[in-house]
Amino acid sequence: MTTHTVARPASGSQINWGRIGIIAVLIVLILITLFPIYWVLRTALSDPRLIFTNTTSLLPVGFTFNNFLRVMGLMSTEEAIAAGGTGQSINFLLFLRNSFIVTTLLVVGQVFFSAMAAYAFARLKFPFREQIFFIYVAALMVPGIVLFIPNFVLIRNLGWLDTFQGIVAPKFLMTPFAVFFMRQFFLTINREVEEAARIDGAGYFRVFWSLILPVSMAPLTTLGILTFIGEWNEYFWPFIVGRDESVRVLTVALGIFRSQTPQGAPDWGGLMAGTLVAMVPILILFAITARKAIDSIGFSGYK
Amino acid sequence: MATSADVVQTESQATWLKPWLTRETGMAWLFILPSLIGFIVFYAVPAVRGLFISFTDWDLLTESQFVGLDNYARLVSDTAFWQSLGVTLGYVVINIAIQTVLAILIAVLMDRLAKSIVVRGVLILPYLLSNVVVGLLWLWMLDPTLGIINAFLTYIGIGRQPFLGSPDQAIASIAWINIWRHMGYTALLVFAGLQTIPKDVYEAASIDGASEWRTFWGITLPLLRPVLVFVLVITVIGSFQVFDTIAVTTQGGPANATRVIVWYIAEFAFDRFDMGYATTISVALFLILAVVTFIQMRVMRAGESDL
Repeated sequence: MTTHTVARPASGSQINWGRIGIIAVLIVLILITLFPIYWVLRTALSDPRLIFTNTTSLLPVGFTFNNFLRVMGLMSTEEAIAAGGTGQSINFLLFLRNSFIVTTLLVVGQVFFSAMAAYAFARLKFPFREQIFFIYVAALMVPGIVLFIPNFVLIRNLGWLDTFQGIVAPKFLMTPFAVFFMRQFFLTINREVEEAARIDGAGYFRVFWSLILPVSMAPLTTLGILTFIGEWNEYFWPFIVGRDESVRVLTVALGIFRSQTPQGAPDWGGLMAGTLVAMVPILILFAITARKAIDSIGFSGYK
Repeated sequence: MATSADVVQTESQATWLKPWLTRETGMAWLFILPSLIGFIVFYAVPAVRGLFISFTDWDLLTESQFVGLDNYARLVSDTAFWQSLGVTLGYVVINIAIQTVLAILIAVLMDRLAKSIVVRGVLILPYLLSNVVVGLLWLWMLDPTLGIINAFLTYIGIGRQPFLGSPDQAIASIAWINIWRHMGYTALLVFAGLQTIPKDVYEAASIDGASEWRTFWGITLPLLRPVLVFVLVITVIGSFQVFDTIAVTTQGGPANATRVIVWYIAEFAFDRFDMGYATTISVALFLILAVVTFIQMRVMRAGESDL
């Protein structure tokens, strides 16, 4: 007992040094995380003609909003060239709209239809229920590229290349993860309330719509946030089936913008402004739902 | 008359049919119908069709020709495929090793000191950005002449590095870009795992006078094993399929130094329209992932806990 009390202060002062070390490491990690994001903002707000002369200034060089106006297509070609752009037509306002259309359709469709299926898997009895669910879950193991090629052929044969339906079709009705996620939640809901409602004569769909969905708002929101982030950031599939400007989403637009910039001197100001446009909606969503989003992402590991 | 036999017949048929005919069953099929359509059309059929296409020679325009195992024979003798697989493995090793160590470090630091939601929020931020955004951001930071990283390296006396522009450094640079995007996310998963370790285990260790270092190796890491297996399985599977970052930065170059397997498949499928060979490589990728996952589970005894 005595030895313990004697030993305490010594180890106590050690822990303090340890703490300072831990804080220092955490601060470095936070800087490594935040600085690149700040650097996008700094470059986007800099005059492209001055980026080359001053590469180290921590503040924007020749502060301007021209890069945003330029990539949003709010400047004429001559003005854009005068502001340091390449003069190629870029319309991030349109691509922003396209990203919203694609992502919204996918969030609504995927969450709703997957929840319906998940309810049946969790609650209703039907032949082959376990087997079908097992096959759904097994599909989580298949790498994206394996399905992309045949799906590309299918969308092409349907004449859906460069259409919104072509971009959203494969994940509109379900993803194995969404069904799995909602089923796990529905299994935890107390059966008695449902049974009481059924005895009162409510149909299966009534129960699902006005009883199950309202009490499931938390997991539905979680799934919605995860789906939104995932689909907003999706690149490969829309790149294959939706390169046309009318349906081009932000990620694809950024890739094309980058590959079209001249080899010698990429339009960094414009590129970073476009990058920021693609970041902002996610950052806003994150700011609004911070705590929920962090917990959701922690859970998404089970994807 | 054979009435009694008939009755038995219909009765047994009825019990067999019964689960198919109830109102509940009908409703259940209606509930899963949309998802079933989506699954069959965009998952099940394509998976089978992909396998079928790999036995053919097909350029999308002319009739496909059945060629048996020709594509698989071609794969085995395709040196570019093996080079590409080597590049991918190099990427996976660098990416997973550094990312996992950093993630464990961050998770332990958060657990010891900062359970604050703000710190977690900041560290998860890069994961919310798309691969494309993160790729472009680092392309700019790592630019050989104008990038801020090179300005910094010059300042501290290390000197300029070509990074993505050099065959020697390109794949490591790609790995770093994805480490930056994923370390906070992976840390969050490990952090969740740390919360499941009972506190009294630590108390016992500290009463026995174990040092922090010994506690970490002797208690934290072994008890974290099930979570680490899970984290490794999902990050390795994701890592093998790296594509977006390369598509917006190096496009497989310089000198094929970043031509990873999915990039190689995409070249055949969407540039040369050699659908048969492209699907063959993707089937091979699927098998490789299945084997890698199986080995990981085996080696790390995924199902058991040391608790």
